[in-house]
Amino acid sequence: GRGPSRGPAMDLFGDLRRMNKRQLYYQVLNFAMIVSSALMIWKGLIVVTGSESPIVVVLSGSMEPAFHRGDLLFLTNFHDDPIRAGEIVVFKVEGRDIPIVHRVIKIHEKENGNIKFLTKGDNNEVDDRGLYKEGQNWLEKKDVVGRARGFLPYVGMVTIIMNDYPKFKYALLAVMGACVLLKRES
Amino acid sequence: LRKNVEDFTGPRERSDLGFVTFDITADILNGKKCIFDWNVKQLFLYLSAEYSTKNNALNQVVLWDKIMLRGDNPRLFLKDMQSKYFFFDDGNGLKGNRNVTLTLSWNVVPNAGILPLVTGSGHVSVPFPDTYETRKSY
Repeated sequence: GRGPSRGPAMDLFGDLRRMNKRQLYYQVLNFAMIVSSALMIWKGLIVVTGSESPIVVVLSGSMEPAFHRGDLLFLTNFHDDPIRAGEIVVFKVEGRDIPIVHRVIKIHEKENGNIKFLTKGDNNEVDDRGLYKEGQNWLEKKDVVGRARGFLPYVGMVTIIMNDYPKFKYALLAVMGACVLLKRES
Repeated sequence: LRKNVEDFTGPRERSDLGFVTFDITADILNGKKCIFDWNVKQLFLYLSAEYSTKNNALNQVVLWDKIMLRGDNPRLFLKDMQSKYFFFDDGNGLKGNRNVTLTLSWNVVPNAGILPLVTGSGHVSVPFPDTYETRKSY
């Protein structure tokens, strides 16, 4: 009769041992190609939009009810696009890495194009002066990551979960890696 | 779209502070249709003052804003509103400035998709007086 039936874990290892080196290298190259293509698309987006970070996730509730934590924003940062009151901009405070998504409520622009502006979150009582660097009262063009042009709700939640629960991120990467390495070419 | 305003400036050390009281009568439409279609989650309305000064070629200050959710009445009928935010100029460019224009604009926030900024038709020019107001308390 047959021996004890093998569980799915044993089958996995059986597969791995059966694959010869050449197949393994092939799968790894396949995986590398997918990763490279993704990176190329991202770099391409950076070039096309002019923004160093063309897609950002909303991290706080300071723009509710328009945007909630986990929403995805699509940005452009064209050099000739003027900054005007009412626009939603994503900016970084000098020295900090976290992008903030708020609305422009005041601008003062000189004839030569130099502009200084003030921002405020829709859901905040006060303007952002408290968020800026010590002694900084205005933002300038160089602080802008981009202007929000479009948005998708909820989709960015995945990044937030991966950030808050790193174990989830590793688990996801492990599953993805296993899928790619073990995918059989028919 | 009609606005009536009353205004004066108060002296401050370095920058003029403007005070504006206004009425707004407005009907927010998208062409001829209602602005709130299936993909409009809310509107962010704001009243901004735009003007030029010696110091700066272009200044825009948001004086008042309001969030209008889908389901709210797209008609505005507000009287004797005070500006929500301090109308500071960067300098002393409000005194005697005849060309301060108030415009009502709105940001359409969709359920998903593009975020357009629309400026309403109709704007009002607000000339500021040549002297500072010292009698009114503020």
